[in-house]
Amino acid sequence: MATTEKPATQKPAPRRAAIVGGNRIPFARSNSRYAQASNQDMLTATLDGLVARFGLQGQQLGEVVAGAVLKHARDFNLTRESVLGSRLAATTPAYDVQQACGTGLEAALLLANKIALGQVESGIAGGVDTTSDAPLAVNDDLRRVLIQVNAARSVQDRLKALAGIRPGMLAPEIPRNAEPRTGLAMGEHAQVTAHEWEIGREEQDELTVRSHQNLAAAYDRGFFDDLVTPYLGLARDQNLRPDSSVEKLATLQPVFGRVLPPGAEATMTAGNSTPLSDGASAVLMGSDEWADAHGLPVLAHLVDGQTAAVDYVHGGEGLLMAPVYAMPVMLARNGLTLQDFDFYEIHEAFASTVLATLKAWEDPAFCKGRLGLDAPLGSIDRSKLNVNGSSLAAGHPFAATGGRIVAGLAKQLHEAGPGRRGLISICAAGGQGVVAILES
Amino acid sequence: MSDWYRDFANSGVGGTLTKQLGLPRPAVLRRYEPGEPLLPGPAVIGSAEEGRLREQLSSVLKDAGVSVLSPVAADGSGDGEKLAAVLLDATGLTGPADLAAVHDFLAPALKRLRPSARVLVLADPPSAAPSPAEAAARQALDGLVRSIGKELRNGATANLIYVPAGAEGSIASPVRFFLSGRSAYVDGQTVTLAGADVPAGEDDDKPLAGKVAVVTGAARGIGASIARVMARDGAHVVAVDIPMAGQSLADVANEIGGTAFQLDITAADAAPRLIEHLRERHAGVDIVVHNAGITRDKLLVNMDAERWNSVMAVNLQAQLDITQALLDADGVLKAGARIVCVTSQSGISGNRGQTNYSASKAGIIGMVRAWAPTFAQRGATINAVAPGFIVTEMTAKMPFGTREVGSRLNSMQQGGLPVDVAETIAWLSQPGSAGVNGQVVRVCGQSLIGA
Ligand SMILES: NC(=O)c1ccc[n+]([C@@H]2O[C@H](COP(=O)([O-])OP(=O)(O)OC[C@H]3O[C@@H](n4cnc5c(N)ncnc54)[C@H](O)[C@@H]3O)[C@@H](O)[C@H]2O)c1
Repeated sequence: MATTEKPATQKPAPRRAAIVGGNRIPFARSNSRYAQASNQDMLTATLDGLVARFGLQGQQLGEVVAGAVLKHARDFNLTRESVLGSRLAATTPAYDVQQACGTGLEAALLLANKIALGQVESGIAGGVDTTSDAPLAVNDDLRRVLIQVNAARSVQDRLKALAGIRPGMLAPEIPRNAEPRTGLAMGEHAQVTAHEWEIGREEQDELTVRSHQNLAAAYDRGFFDDLVTPYLGLARDQNLRPDSSVEKLATLQPVFGRVLPPGAEATMTAGNSTPLSDGASAVLMGSDEWADAHGLPVLAHLVDGQTAAVDYVHGGEGLLMAPVYAMPVMLARNGLTLQDFDFYEIHEAFASTVLATLKAWEDPAFCKGRLGLDAPLGSIDRSKLNVNGSSLAAGHPFAATGGRIVAGLAKQLHEAGPGRRGLISICAAGGQGVVAILES
Repeated sequence: MSDWYRDFANSGVGGTLTKQLGLPRPAVLRRYEPGEPLLPGPAVIGSAEEGRLREQLSSVLKDAGVSVLSPVAADGSGDGEKLAAVLLDATGLTGPADLAAVHDFLAPALKRLRPSARVLVLADPPSAAPSPAEAAARQALDGLVRSIGKELRNGATANLIYVPAGAEGSIASPVRFFLSGRSAYVDGQTVTLAGADVPAGEDDDKPLAGKVAVVTGAARGIGASIARVMARDGAHVVAVDIPMAGQSLADVANEIGGTAFQLDITAADAAPRLIEHLRERHAGVDIVVHNAGITRDKLLVNMDAERWNSVMAVNLQAQLDITQALLDADGVLKAGARIVCVTSQSGISGNRGQTNYSASKAGIIGMVRAWAPTFAQRGATINAVAPGFIVTEMTAKMPFGTREVGSRLNSMQQGGLPVDVAETIAWLSQPGSAGVNGQVVRVCGQSLIGA
């Protein structure tokens, strides 16, 4: 039943994009089960799992938009190449986006907007990352020599150029999980923020344990049966520790804190920070009409989204605090308060990030001074937070996290019944953040 | 999976050698390929006394483009062409004396068979006989056909169809199946038909066109083969397997243009989830193949509860629960639905070290027979298929000797292929098979075990 995407011939009134379902591969720890898999391998497998789940073989969709944070030069057309290797019709257009850890959610917003405007009827938004098969860059000096060799016209000229290579040039440049403008690891930034907001070790560990327990319980009740497809022998997220406990986490040594003021306690460990991971995710979206015509369910609609950025270099704001700023803008536009939601998905880059985000929204001075609000956004019912686990337990292949959250939240809202609302908040490197609202 | 011995026995040197040594000479079986004629050559139709099915048999063959020759004379003379099928209408038998006519017809004809020929006998069922003598004659055919199955070589099969009064309209689909390459490994079987509303106008190329078929355990082995054959025959396949097997399940679904549904059929909410899925995505289901099955072998005296319970849960209880839930769910099981349950030779014969498995598989047979009248009332059917030695990745791991012996202990002198099981299940799933209900069809090449 190969079908062709039929874009609207007239401009429809804006409509809400429907989330039909999703697929991801279990997330693996860095340099482990997926060590031999490339971004393209993982994204293609994830697309194929989605195709199998929804019977999309040979179908042309409006577009596939996805991205990766860590990319090889050869991955310049990563998403399109993955589509060509998948079971989708080769006539499905595709493009790459990249907004650090916000990539996956940003991709979903881009697609949703095109659906809302009638520019496409259907599409897939996704993301993939590998920290195992990460690109190694050639040393800049060596690169210059090699370019000269390549440009040389005669053998003599080539040999002369090659003679310019020095041993020191042979060390490759390895991409680091560090902010280029500060040279600090993201965890160092987060530790400073945690200190500023007085986020204690124990509450971080408690949040971490809940993430593991919630994720494990969701697997056990079959919640992920139609959200995850095993890959390379891995059927559940490799980082998941169902038996995680505050006592066990308490034994771990802090791993960040190089730039804390003297005497300040370092509270962030390998347990309450997300590990480097590999994986991919994809979300199938479309217009209601498209879903209906294909006999596919509508789990939820993507109602709205908002991006913000903070000046963490000179502006005195924490690197991962941008979602805090994006949220009130989006809530106001939709006439909603922070409490008007049935489920909250706050990406657990670090346990402390989630806690600092919540604390900021509760803080009158911050909300007035920084966000310009008369009253703070207030607190949320914690039992509605990350109810099926989040990145601390699942792992966090940067660009794949958004798709994991969107598909999971859409399913959770669908199970809860019509008219339920869910909120997503994702922080990203470079001082950026993306938030979104879903509604069933 | 290659059968090295069969290939050897069919090679030049191997052929000579095996003949001289009197070794088994397994044939390369005629298997169904879409677009091929029903039979690769002519057929003869005979009858013992005045049967009532001759006309109908002739028209089934005529519709399939098979040329029908006049019966071979007792001296073997005729027009010399080799026969692809020999059909006998034995519905006219009144007592054992009439069986001589059966012998007269069959003996010369069987000398003239082509490779992978078919012998098919149709008779009234013994249970409905008006007299002991008539019951005896009808039952005698059972022994006769099974013995013919063992006598035949070269990939030929012999099967028996009992046609009670009122079931005459049901014969076309079973007759076509037993003559075709779809029944390559079905030998020495008896099927009893029932009267049913058989829809007219079957599409031979895509008999399952427009049907939605659930196949459990579809990620590999026999289940994957069932999914492929169902899709080839036109069905949309909902391929079900445990989440753990999801990657190969997705591969199977993508290969055949079906959909993958990851589900542990033993989960407490498996049936409601499956039903919800079928409702939401397909507005119901036409065919359900309960194929998922596991073994946890141990002698009974050494078997722990976990081994016993897990086998029962997957092989039997899940089939019961899901089938019952489908019957109870309003409008999900479509009119004319077909349920096919995969049992096993071990469920018929028992097997050392497989008390749990054999019990579960025998239980399936009991379940199918008990449910048949309920399904008949809905114009639906439920049947069981019992594979014998089927060559899969699983059997490939068996020790060489065990495998070689196991695979040759049958009239076809070779193991069957997953596709042989799949073809039988796809046949039972056809709309035209409405008159086959509550039956257990073995796909075992007439295995010596439990025969
Ligand atoms: N292979 C043979 O020779 C043979 C002989 C007789 C009967 N059978 C029967 O045929 C059927 C298929 O056998 P096979 O050889 O292909 O076996 P297999 O082990 O290759 O495949 C069985 C499939 O069922 C799936 N399955 C197991 N438990 C499940 C559950 N709880 N929920 C969903 N799926 C589940 C497995 O994951 C697997 O993909 C079984 O019922 C088996 O008993 C096989």
